[in-house]
Amino acid sequence: MAQAAIELTGINKSFGAVRANRDINLEIARGTIHGIVGENGAGKSTLMSILYGFYQADSGEIRVGGKPASIKTPNDAIALGIGMVHQHFMLVDNFSVLENIILGAETDALLKSSIAKARSELDRLEREYGLEVDPDAIIEELPVGLQQRVEILKALYRGAEILILDEPTGVLTPAEADHLFRILRQLKEQGKTVVLITHKLREIMAITDTVSVMRQGTMVATRETRKTTVEELAELMVGRRVLLRVEKGDAEAGAVKLAVKNLTVRDSRGVTMVDDVSFDLRAGEIVGIAGVAGNGQSELLEAISGIRHAVSGSVMLEGKPIDLTGKADPGELRDRGLAHVPEDRHHVGLVLAFEENENSILGYHDDPRYLRGPFLNIDAIMADAKDKIEKYDIRPGNPRLKTANFSGGNQQKIVLAREIEQDPGVLIVGQPTRGVDVGAIEFIHKRLIAMRDQGKAVLVVSVELDEIRSLSDRILVMFAGRIVGERGPEATEGELGLLMAGVEHQEAAQ
Amino acid sequence: MDIFNAIIQVLDSTIRLSVPLLLACLAGLYSERAGIFDIGLEGKMLVGAFAGAAAASVFHSALIGLGMAVLISVAFALVHGFASITHRGNQIVSGVAINFVAAGSTIILGQAWFQQGGRTPALQPGERFEAIIWPGADAARDVPIIGPIYAELISGHSILVYFAFAMVPFTWWVLFRTRFGLRLRAVGENPAAVDTAGISVAWLRYRALICTGILTGFAGAYLSMVQNGGFVKDMTAGKGYIALAALIFAKWKPVNAMFACLLFGFLDAASIRLQGTPLPIVGKVSVQFMQALPYVLTVILLAGFIGKAIPPRAGGVPYVKER
Amino acid sequence: MSTPYAKLPAWADYGLIPLINLSVAFIVAGFVVMLVGENPFRAAVILVEGAFGKGTGIAFTLFYATTFIFTGLSVAVAAHCGLFNIGTEGQAYIAGLGIAIVCLSFDSTLPWWLTFPLAIVASALVGALWALIPAYLQAKRGSHIVITTIMFNFIAASIMVYLLVGPLKPAGSQAPQTRNFLAGAELPKLNWIIELFGAKIRSAPLNICFLLALAMAFLVWLLIWRTRLGYEMRTYGHSPKAARYAGISETRIIITAMMISGALAGMMALNPVMGDQHNVAIDFVSGAGFVGIAVALMGRLHPVGIVLAAILFGMLYQGGAELAFEMPAISRDMIVIIQGLVILFAGALEHMFRPYIQALFASFSPKSVGMQAVNGKGA
Repeated sequence: MAQAAIELTGINKSFGAVRANRDINLEIARGTIHGIVGENGAGKSTLMSILYGFYQADSGEIRVGGKPASIKTPNDAIALGIGMVHQHFMLVDNFSVLENIILGAETDALLKSSIAKARSELDRLEREYGLEVDPDAIIEELPVGLQQRVEILKALYRGAEILILDEPTGVLTPAEADHLFRILRQLKEQGKTVVLITHKLREIMAITDTVSVMRQGTMVATRETRKTTVEELAELMVGRRVLLRVEKGDAEAGAVKLAVKNLTVRDSRGVTMVDDVSFDLRAGEIVGIAGVAGNGQSELLEAISGIRHAVSGSVMLEGKPIDLTGKADPGELRDRGLAHVPEDRHHVGLVLAFEENENSILGYHDDPRYLRGPFLNIDAIMADAKDKIEKYDIRPGNPRLKTANFSGGNQQKIVLAREIEQDPGVLIVGQPTRGVDVGAIEFIHKRLIAMRDQGKAVLVVSVELDEIRSLSDRILVMFAGRIVGERGPEATEGELGLLMAGVEHQEAAQ
Repeated sequence: MDIFNAIIQVLDSTIRLSVPLLLACLAGLYSERAGIFDIGLEGKMLVGAFAGAAAASVFHSALIGLGMAVLISVAFALVHGFASITHRGNQIVSGVAINFVAAGSTIILGQAWFQQGGRTPALQPGERFEAIIWPGADAARDVPIIGPIYAELISGHSILVYFAFAMVPFTWWVLFRTRFGLRLRAVGENPAAVDTAGISVAWLRYRALICTGILTGFAGAYLSMVQNGGFVKDMTAGKGYIALAALIFAKWKPVNAMFACLLFGFLDAASIRLQGTPLPIVGKVSVQFMQALPYVLTVILLAGFIGKAIPPRAGGVPYVKER
Repeated sequence: MSTPYAKLPAWADYGLIPLINLSVAFIVAGFVVMLVGENPFRAAVILVEGAFGKGTGIAFTLFYATTFIFTGLSVAVAAHCGLFNIGTEGQAYIAGLGIAIVCLSFDSTLPWWLTFPLAIVASALVGALWALIPAYLQAKRGSHIVITTIMFNFIAASIMVYLLVGPLKPAGSQAPQTRNFLAGAELPKLNWIIELFGAKIRSAPLNICFLLALAMAFLVWLLIWRTRLGYEMRTYGHSPKAARYAGISETRIIITAMMISGALAGMMALNPVMGDQHNVAIDFVSGAGFVGIAVALMGRLHPVGIVLAAILFGMLYQGGAELAFEMPAISRDMIVIIQGLVILFAGALEHMFRPYIQALFASFSPKSVGMQAVNGKGA
């Protein structure tokens, strides 16, 4: 085996009482692509941030290229040839590509020579790795895939020999992801070391040489990729055999509850995010919308739930139209039996600074049950909150506790309890289990299926293909704002993956 | 000819009145471009004015006065930094606090040290910055049109006036042509990008605030050592806020800042000139109306009726490393 | 977003930390006193004696506190909705116009108990309207409310100066103020309450507005924590996106909150105008709006805290006057410094001592801290 590019020994890191990393040992060979997988919150990003000098480990040793290294700031990491591509790009949006490249790596106090040097360097990198990008383009005008390329160029420009990528494909289409993987392979051939952090096992299998699995802050295993399987990695990640499919009977679809016709939505910049989308949602079925994040699913949900207004098209709820021209009032839609569990519970679905009981009425605070004239009926609100805590096993079971003090799974239960207990005819759910612990996932899935079995119409948007496949009675695939296909629950991952990549769509366009 | 002379005089006082605005406005530009809102320009100018006049009078030196003005003003800027950078406090609250401490302490200390009801002693020649007469200014005075322009508008100002106007291209150069400027603009837009590039966000923002302090020190020194022969309590009289308005009006750009300050300075000069004299068509314009005009214009700008003022994106938000 | 700090017991959060911050502010102020060559301890004694030593002092303290309760509540109501209303000063100033109109029109015909309610409505209305424009611009055009309210303070001052040296000034008078009101616009004093406790009062302006202020403090508490509107305001204040999701109209809630804030600021004018001076004069607000910021921050935006903080500042104002009398080197501007220091330490630097306090608590009982962090991580 080649010499180790990085060796970590006994790394520990705590945030307050949380032990994000405990006793991590890891060896990454030079000139390989090494994957690190784990669930959200397993400690992958923390570990890499320690390596990049963003945080300091409480204890442990880092060796880079065989020599002990003290990495206190990103500067130290850069000097040791470590570069990082963050999940959220670290770019200045209104700067040019060149300005972003030289930021922090300027040659001297004036910019002139730095810019000249960067221009010729970019030229070289473009030739060597096929990393094309217009050096004078402004970042915010570039598509996401190119922005990521700028991040990679930034690292290479600083002489990175070891490149860490944190969840790089989260925002990419499958085609863009493939392009990225080609680049990574090329980097490997040139002798660079690549560390890929992800929670997508398919990517691990596709591109890495070795893979390490993290769970709850510990490193549970390292395997050679070709000697392991997706099933083994999945089990290592969650620590027990996962029930990928929830038990459920066949759907008995009834009348149309929600009819979306030719819906088009633009974002604040005028970019079309939802493009002429039509579908029906019937009583007694779960329709899942699959797609890579950023293909218009979020905007679709927001338009249906009245948070975002649409440019054209119509949405009929129980046979009556929703006002899309102005801004529809989400409160009015609730009254008409449309409940919404939003994707972002931290900023949208909940007010984290509120007590639990206050969040249990958010959006229904104008319901006469919770009011006495203009005043809040505190007794009724508290009784109601206690009731939901019991029914949904929300822990800790204290309605006076600040919501920020609940775990992700319990926060999601607070939202679900609130929305489901209103007994809505239509429930739309964005990312039902994002950042939720495994135990709660099962609970949430069962609840959603129970809703369906009661004859409610349920619409689920998720970027987790497994979740879509195990929950849905029908699957719609969104790509670039359009619905590019409909499949039954028996559709294979590969089939859906092609649709999500927009393969058919692109062919039709050509 | 009378009208011509009147115009020259109004323009001359426009220049004099815009200088403190311009210095304070550029001062604000450094900190706001770095992502630190600064409504404490007023207070820093005030302590600068006080420290400048007090030191000049005690040490009989205009230069020592200026140095002291800058020093104290920078010290106040660092307090703002300590609260809003190191302790991630609310930048507006911190700015308000600085304005109060400045207003109170200049009066208390002034009274305690000089016993002239909050004034500092009148500055003697040598203790203040004198006007610089350019070569041939007196001779040229009688040349029609160009003469008065040269003699009144270009020549005959103190060194601080020329300094203020020189700071405009200099600031532009710093922002757009130097490493410091690139980083400063970056930290005001996306501090995380600066942090991951291995640059200290805090130190960079502190340096921006030091620039702010230096320039507000100059602005204060101009008020007490050029425009006036000594410190008078509350002598900034809202100029820090007008400078802030000018900064928004200028959309955080140095050259625009100069024009915004000249405009606001002109309004001030015109209101003094027009006091009581009726204008053709509009008749008598009240002083209060002219004084309120910069604020009204800024509100109209902020309302988006004349272009949109988009502040630096990270402005006002303390930088916290993401977990 | 959870706060980066772990939990502390409520008494430490709402009692100990503000107390420490306040003490530091006073210690720094003490250094300023030393700098001008006086003894800070003697100054403190004079200050407290001046404020509470005699009945007259207490009455003056409460008179000033009345003003600060209004402005503190004004700042707090806006803050609960996530808005920094720095325009309390201007809203109070311009409200003087409303009061002037009511008082000058009715003071010769109506008794005070009819003029007063009219003046309350007028002051609240004018204050609310002056807050309406910045609120509208924030809600509809995204103009930063801090900047627009600062601008509106200056515009208000210009208008009031224009009116008080012009239209509102009685003919032949030199002073820039309205004519003095007649008995029909003079509010009854409350000094008898203090005299009940045996104190003697010479003449002090404590008046019925004090009761109005306390009533408003109660109403604000009711509004914020017990009504649907308050719930909506707090939701918007914590998370505008959550408010949108919950069907709360951004425009309506911003405008409503700012108008309530402006109305409270406007009512502040009743106290000095009808309770004390009996005319509207130039600069009668004299910074009380800005004191409201300090009061609201110190009172941690809670009406009870605000009343207490207002009394503290009332004490500073009254005691400060005595201090200026006893120690000529210290004028009442000392209060402005203290005010600034309180805003600095209780506001901008409120978290400075928190980590130390937490470490201290953690060393006593490891369980009381860190809980938030445990659960916050999984999210």
